[in-house]
Amino acid sequence: MTTIPMETGLLLAGVLFMLGLISVMIRRNIIFMLISVEIMLNAAGLAFIVAGNHWAQPDGQIMFIFILTMAAAEVSVGLALILQIHHQLKTLNSDAANFMKG
Amino acid sequence: MILVWLIAILMAGGVLAWISGKVNRTLPRWIALAAVLAVFGMMLYLWLSNPIPVLGSAWLIQFDQPWIPQWGISFSLALDGLSLLMLLLTFFLGLLAVLISWREIQNKVAFFHFNLLWVLAGITGVFLTMDLFLFYFFWEVMLIPMYFIIGIWGHENRRYAAYKFFLFTQASGLLMLLAILGLYFIHGSQTGVYTFSYFELLNTTLAPEAARLLMFGFLAAFLVKLPVVPFHSWLPDAHSEAPTAGSVILAGLLLKTGAYGLLRFVLPLFPTATVEFAPWAMLLGVIGIIYGAILAFSQTDLKRLVAYTSVSHMGFVILGVFAFNEWALQGVVMQMITHGLSTGALFIIAGFLYERLHTRDLRQMGGFWTTAPKMGVIALVFVMASLGLPGLGNFIAEFLTLVGSWQANNWLTVFATIGLVMATIYSLRIMQKIFFESYQLEVSFPDLNAREMLITIPMVAMILWLGLYPQPFLETARPSIQEQLQAYTKPVSEREELPLKPENMAHVLESKTEASPAKPEDVKPFPNLQIKTP
Amino acid sequence: MGELLWLIPALPFAGALLLVLFGNRVSRALVSAIGVGSVGISAAVTLVLGIQYLSSRPAFIRQEVWQWFDVAGFSPSIAFHLDALSMVFIFVITFVGFLIHIYSTEYMAEDKDYARFFACMNLFVGSMLMLVMADNLLLLYLGWEGVGLCSYLLIGFWYKEPANGYAARKAFIITRVGDTAMAIGLFMLFQHFGTLHIQSISTEAAQVWSIGNETALIIALLLLGGAVGKSGQLPLQTWLPDAMAGPTPVSALIHAATMVTAGVYLIARMHVVFELAPAAMMAVAVIGAVTLLIAGFAALTQYDIKRVLAYSTISQVGYMFLALGVGAWSSGVFHFMIHGFFKALLFLCAGAIILALHHEQDMRKMGGLSKKLPVVFYTFLIGAASLAAFPLVSAGFYSKDQILWLQLAGENGNIWLYLAGLLGAFITSIYTFRMVFLTFYGEEKTHVGHKPTLAITVPLVILAVLSFAGGFIELPHNFGHVVLFSDFLAPILPAVTMVPDFNQYEWMLQLLAAVISLGGIFIAYLFYYKKPELIDSIHRSETTMAIHRFWHSGWGFDQLYDTLFVRPYVYLSKVNKSDFIDSIYTFIANATQGLHQLFARTQTGVMRNYVAGVVVGAIMILTISLLL
Repeated sequence: MTTIPMETGLLLAGVLFMLGLISVMIRRNIIFMLISVEIMLNAAGLAFIVAGNHWAQPDGQIMFIFILTMAAAEVSVGLALILQIHHQLKTLNSDAANFMKG
Repeated sequence: MILVWLIAILMAGGVLAWISGKVNRTLPRWIALAAVLAVFGMMLYLWLSNPIPVLGSAWLIQFDQPWIPQWGISFSLALDGLSLLMLLLTFFLGLLAVLISWREIQNKVAFFHFNLLWVLAGITGVFLTMDLFLFYFFWEVMLIPMYFIIGIWGHENRRYAAYKFFLFTQASGLLMLLAILGLYFIHGSQTGVYTFSYFELLNTTLAPEAARLLMFGFLAAFLVKLPVVPFHSWLPDAHSEAPTAGSVILAGLLLKTGAYGLLRFVLPLFPTATVEFAPWAMLLGVIGIIYGAILAFSQTDLKRLVAYTSVSHMGFVILGVFAFNEWALQGVVMQMITHGLSTGALFIIAGFLYERLHTRDLRQMGGFWTTAPKMGVIALVFVMASLGLPGLGNFIAEFLTLVGSWQANNWLTVFATIGLVMATIYSLRIMQKIFFESYQLEVSFPDLNAREMLITIPMVAMILWLGLYPQPFLETARPSIQEQLQAYTKPVSEREELPLKPENMAHVLESKTEASPAKPEDVKPFPNLQIKTP
Repeated sequence: MGELLWLIPALPFAGALLLVLFGNRVSRALVSAIGVGSVGISAAVTLVLGIQYLSSRPAFIRQEVWQWFDVAGFSPSIAFHLDALSMVFIFVITFVGFLIHIYSTEYMAEDKDYARFFACMNLFVGSMLMLVMADNLLLLYLGWEGVGLCSYLLIGFWYKEPANGYAARKAFIITRVGDTAMAIGLFMLFQHFGTLHIQSISTEAAQVWSIGNETALIIALLLLGGAVGKSGQLPLQTWLPDAMAGPTPVSALIHAATMVTAGVYLIARMHVVFELAPAAMMAVAVIGAVTLLIAGFAALTQYDIKRVLAYSTISQVGYMFLALGVGAWSSGVFHFMIHGFFKALLFLCAGAIILALHHEQDMRKMGGLSKKLPVVFYTFLIGAASLAAFPLVSAGFYSKDQILWLQLAGENGNIWLYLAGLLGAFITSIYTFRMVFLTFYGEEKTHVGHKPTLAITVPLVILAVLSFAGGFIELPHNFGHVVLFSDFLAPILPAVTMVPDFNQYEWMLQLLAAVISLGGIFIAYLFYYKKPELIDSIHRSETTMAIHRFWHSGWGFDQLYDTLFVRPYVYLSKVNKSDFIDSIYTFIANATQGLHQLFARTQTGVMRNYVAGVVVGAIMILTISLLL
């Protein structure tokens, strides 16, 4: 079984992360933004896995589980917020929620 | 213990007044009146009973109780002649402040009286405390209720004025806090005893650089409070926007805390540094006298005009404080008292007019002598007091100050004396615009009623008393003034060790000769010494 | 003796206090009783004390009422000092004051502020007495400022008129300028002597300073500054003509007989200091000479009868300064006394005329009053004769002649001062009789309303007698040689050092003075009675009219001061009304606000921008940490 070089794995993680980041920045729909955040989290998780694999340590997988749990919590809070925003503003456009404008 | 009671009665009275507002609308007024009357009575009794100073020092009563001993903070109060006079003035004006608010304040009466009494408590604390930490504490205690008084019960532009007042005082107060801490740590590292006690800190020996910096820290707070041009600009706003009682307390008392601080702290703590700074301070004083007088002339808002006259009059205070001789310092103490009365009275008259006309605009006034001759006579007395007419208290104050400052610096005194002409110019304008000429507004309003006469007649009597027989007041203040000057001769003994510039020494020497109440032939001919402006 | 001394000023003060407190509630009769009575009793006390003083002739009487204050050796008292000099002044103040108070009961009868008037008048008399009785300069200063206050209140008595208020403030402020100089003089005196007690200063000054001492000179000049302000001398004379806005009895009492001579009193009182500073003495004489000429010319052109008298007062006080300046102390004081009589008389007569003509003050609208108001006419004539120094029979002749004589015969005088005085005398008699002819002769132009009654005529007659007979207590060497007055003052005020062998010329100078006086009267007669067309011819010429306007405006001093001081001050004050220093703080506040707004703009509320911000920040931090 040929091992995939670590560089490739990290590159994939990096590409995924950048995709998530860019999509957070350009997406207006707040659900898509949430999804993009999830992608970024998973990219980070992937990087942990790759690193754990490389060093043959379990820590990477532990961290991934940790991230997974946190993401679950985050999604639940995030969805609740999205529901509220939709309830209040009748839209999912995140730019409409600019009440904190200085 | 009586000193603690003074503060406690005022604070408790304040809380009680606030609570009692739930029961009845007029009850807070009566509670406030009773509390102030009680402390005024106590003080008057103390003054009339002629207490004997403790062991040859100037202190009459002392109270000392550890508060936070691990940091060397104690609840330390002491009373000498100077603070006694200041407290008498505080409670006298406090009494008037309660009385003039009787009709004027109709909104949130209970909370108003809470604030009023707490301001008075803060001022009392400032005049009494001998612990620098506690001093700073009381300095803040008098600030915050005053902020509310201006901000809640003031005139149209009250928010702005309240912020301005708060920011100026707070910023300068913080500099003072830094200086207090600096002094605390320097003293601690020198002696190993970390304490905020005034008496201990008096013995700190400071390097000239450090002394200068620390002195500026203290000066910042006191000069802003006094106020000295160019730090005066909070005053016209605060004075003119505050309700009458607030203006009276601001002009009559809060400004005096600045002067008191100079006398009590700056002079004894930093003798050499103050001597160096003296010519500049006197210059600031003269600038204040003239600048305030010029600005007062063109104001069209009566209260603003009176506020600028305060700037002018306070110039005499700083001029006198930095002249370092007994005449000038006695003049300063007199000026603090008489200015409190005369300016307070002018604000009260402005308040009476505002209640009747709902304006402070001089351009809409005129010809009121016909309508209200009693008010006219009383206004005339205080206008004359503010221009320094002999026979009224302010004359004694200004003349003594100028006699003293003449010994220190001739030219600055000449300019300060020219300020008296300018005082005439703005003072007569007050009379002219309000009481003389013909009507601008077709109004008729009642002359002073019994309550208002009750407020003003004692003030007239006081200002006449101070003008014709000021000796009891001067006697009371004398020991503490001589004590401050004694502190002044201290550097002379250390002259050999300290490399001091000769022109500074000349000045210190001079103040030593003046401190001894000399017969004319001893003093004559006075060496015509001048402080050289560096 | 002397226990009653304090009563003299205390009574008028008490009267003033009573009138302030209760004046509006009691009847007019009672107000008059208090107002006139207090000064009357004061005059009676003066009389009693005067008789006692004359019979025992002590050097002085001192009464300390209480110690004012005592600060480190500076211990002035409320104490009164009576000697010959203050006696003369007290006498004039209380007696002339009393007569003027009586007169006022009729003059002010119609005024609704009757009580206020008498309160101020009493306050004035009290302060003036304080001034001349003070045993130290600080108490003198109290009286000095007190009379200033009363002068202010009385000039602006009819306060509805803004012009009156303006005149009142002008008077107060200009005299205060002089007072400031005087106050600085007091600081210096205190610095050098450690006291302001007049007697101590007088005795010590002579020991400490030699003649020509610089400090003495500065002090003398500063005191002169005070005197010049109060006495309406150059360069602070401009307030006095405007002060005529007050009721006429006020002009008579304050602005003729008493307050304006306070400067004379001050200089005479401090003569020791002045003698030590010959340059200051010369300054006094020169100021007197220039003032008397300037005011005389200005008086020639006035039409308002009270303004003529005002300028004439300035001019006559100039004579007193002239006398003081050459060291003729007692002549100056003598002229003060005589002037007090005749000038008060003239003002009171003018007041009677003004009252009779329904408050008309313009002399061009008067005329032919000699028949209508005979008592006023004859008394006015006596006063005018005295003012014009009509030879032999008028008191003014003796007092003024003495001053002129001493300009040449005294050691400190010189020919220029004499000539100025002589020219002044000539002008004086012209404008005085111009007034007489315009007012009392010619045809009647305004109907006479109010005829004076006893309250007016009795004071007039008494003052007329004094203006006539007062001169005989001091007659020149060559006829009569009566020296009652100068003998009386001799213990206090030293005599003039005479130029030797000059006495034989005295009669020539007297003749000259008499001719000058009569000549002036003749010219007035010619121009204003016999041939009025001469005046018209003068008025047609453009040059003379220009001079006329210039003199009429009081030599343009008002305009000058207006441009030099008043306008710049008002401008400075107005332009900085909102306080430029405040704008510094406002700038700080605004700058903070600006920065706040700048940064607030980054807070868009758009989540994506925040994300972008985080990214940019992270990248920057990474870059920096990689680079370092």
